[in-house]
Amino acid sequence: MTTEFRLAIGAALRQDRVRGNIRRAMDGLVTKRREAFPDPQERESLRDEGAAIRAESVARLPELLEELERTCTGNGIQVHWAETGADANQIVLGILRAAGANAILKGKSMVSEEMGLNEFLQRQGIEALETDLGEIIIQLAHEAPSHIIAPAIHKDRAEVAALFRKHFPDQPPAQQIEELTALARTVMRERFRGMTAGLSGVNFAVAETGTLCLVENEGNGRLCTTLPDVHIAVMGIEKVVARLDQVPTLLTLLTRSATGQPITTYVNMISGPRRAGEKDGPTAVHLILLDNGRSRIHADPELSATLRCIRCAACMNHCPVYARLGGHAYGTVYPGPIGSILEPQLQGLAVRGEMAEASSLCGACAEVCPVRIPIPRLLNRLRYEAVSTRAASPTLGHGSRRLVVQSGIWRLWSWTCAHPRAYRALTRLLGLLRRLQPTRLPPWTDTREAPRLAPESLHRQARAAGFSDRA
Amino acid sequence: MPDTVYFFGTCLIDTLFPRAGLAAMQLLRRAGVRVIFPQGQTCCGQPAYNSGYRDEARAVARAQLDAFPADLPVVVPSASCAGMLRVQYPLLFADTADAARAEAFAGRVVELADFLVRVLDVRLIDLGPPIRVAVHNSCSARRELGVADATMDLLGRLARVELVEPERAAECCGFGGAFSVKQPEISAAMAGDKARAILATGAAVLVGQDCGCLMNLGGTLARQGGGPLVRHLAEFIWERTHRDD
Ligand code: SF4
Repeated sequence: MTTEFRLAIGAALRQDRVRGNIRRAMDGLVTKRREAFPDPQERESLRDEGAAIRAESVARLPELLEELERTCTGNGIQVHWAETGADANQIVLGILRAAGANAILKGKSMVSEEMGLNEFLQRQGIEALETDLGEIIIQLAHEAPSHIIAPAIHKDRAEVAALFRKHFPDQPPAQQIEELTALARTVMRERFRGMTAGLSGVNFAVAETGTLCLVENEGNGRLCTTLPDVHIAVMGIEKVVARLDQVPTLLTLLTRSATGQPITTYVNMISGPRRAGEKDGPTAVHLILLDNGRSRIHADPELSATLRCIRCAACMNHCPVYARLGGHAYGTVYPGPIGSILEPQLQGLAVRGEMAEASSLCGACAEVCPVRIPIPRLLNRLRYEAVSTRAASPTLGHGSRRLVVQSGIWRLWSWTCAHPRAYRALTRLLGLLRRLQPTRLPPWTDTREAPRLAPESLHRQARAAGFSDRA
Repeated sequence: MPDTVYFFGTCLIDTLFPRAGLAAMQLLRRAGVRVIFPQGQTCCGQPAYNSGYRDEARAVARAQLDAFPADLPVVVPSASCAGMLRVQYPLLFADTADAARAEAFAGRVVELADFLVRVLDVRLIDLGPPIRVAVHNSCSARRELGVADATMDLLGRLARVELVEPERAAECCGFGGAFSVKQPEISAAMAGDKARAILATGAAVLVGQDCGCLMNLGGTLARQGGGPLVRHLAEFIWERTHRDD
């Protein structure tokens, strides 16, 4: 069956330049992560801590969110709840309209991608200006992010230089990374001036203190949170953590797993709008808490581990499938291993179930995940949900990928392998008929020689060699 | 040291690579262990399990629980199947009437190289000529069971074998059972890159402990023409240490 995903895969695999760019970037990030954790013991105990903190957050999600609302409100942050991405968009629009803003300055935010915020605002005649270099690049190229921390990872320097030449013809042409960054900074900062509203994501929100924690490297992101009068922060409801003293552990896990940095250049802790006597900062801060299916994931004791994710992208950087495809082939906001467990749950198995199949279950993702999400196990569980005939399941679209022919084959296979006599008779027959075995078994043999059946099974050879059957 | 063990041959070895299975049993026997091969065994059930067909997998898995009743080690010449029996069975049978039985069974499962090195501490007398060998440790060996070191240790006991690990040794070969059929393009891309890295080592033989990977890599290398011979760990060791007399 040629699905949309399969078509995208075929196309992605043919893009040698993109594949090369991604591979180079991945190799770099993998090396940096390895160097950032020189001591395996320390790394593993940090991961234990991180997993425990995030497991606690997820287990206590409802009460922590209530606490967060209380403490944020106490700090003067206005808290909004959004059931769906569309609801969240409306809330953003309402705030912008009330502030009289016809443009918004944006820091990097995957949740806003999830909401489709930029397209929504465009339809409302409101311009969204990205501040993250990677986001700027893909916005200029009219593309979607290819990676969750490095949106333009699939482009090389020459492509970016060409893109900038086209869009900023009056600027002196830039070639080197530093020049390109400086150029983007100059041009964009000019545009950022005088903006009345800014929007950012949230890396962690602390329930205990009502603090929004944000990390970034370029210094443009904080413009969104300090320059304009109104700051809107959007976050998935799972990003809450109980206490402030849990944040350092998560931060060091996040940055070391993501880019190998001990810490990012900027760590912002936002605990409310500008107070009397303060020189900068917005006069109003809004926090939008987006559910968009997360409560449903939370309801399943096994799958809820998905919500521990701190979006470091280490799983992506180490994934052999992502390395071949890049993010675009997935056709979703979140690609790679985390995307393959999150998106089928957010959008349903009927729409995104195939993502859970696009994994060899090699386990590289779980090996590096700083919060120990058992990704292969969850993929396996989602595959089960996809073909399950159980009556009830909280998973959206469960059973929708069960096909009559396929399940018939598995039933037949199961019966044969559960009946050793039948199994032995069948393998004997296959051995005898091996000359009739086709040499072409597409798609397997499109790139490989076919394995050949043995004339005598091990069952028969073991018996002939005198190995006994019973203890 | 146990004097008797069960041997779980795996369905791939049974039907496609019986020589690997026989070599493994001969290695065990030569080390002084009595090897029992229950004729009631079939397949670990992993293909269905990883495809989401848990009821179907459970029926097959239950037949294996029946086939290995005595309290003896179950030696498995495949890390992926050993991982299924050892790590996944307890999950597959959790909250069922067979939970305790599956737990006990899982606790008896040992991967072949691990058993030869850790339990038997076998000595190998290398009778072959000097040779360069590329090793492919499967993802199950490396991550699920953590026995990749045992493979290297075991092969290291062959005096005239030079071991090389290809570039990006820890990366998956792209087999993944049904994955190679369901996502053939991605799988082929992974296998192709892996095959290139193996060729670059200049090794004469590629050795691994999982027939799925070997079938995938061997088939890819064969299609490209030339390339190293592909051997299961047990067969390779047996060939180099056995003299017909
Ligand atoms: S699943 Fe784990 S490794 Fe992947 S992005 Fe989330 S936290 Fe990072």
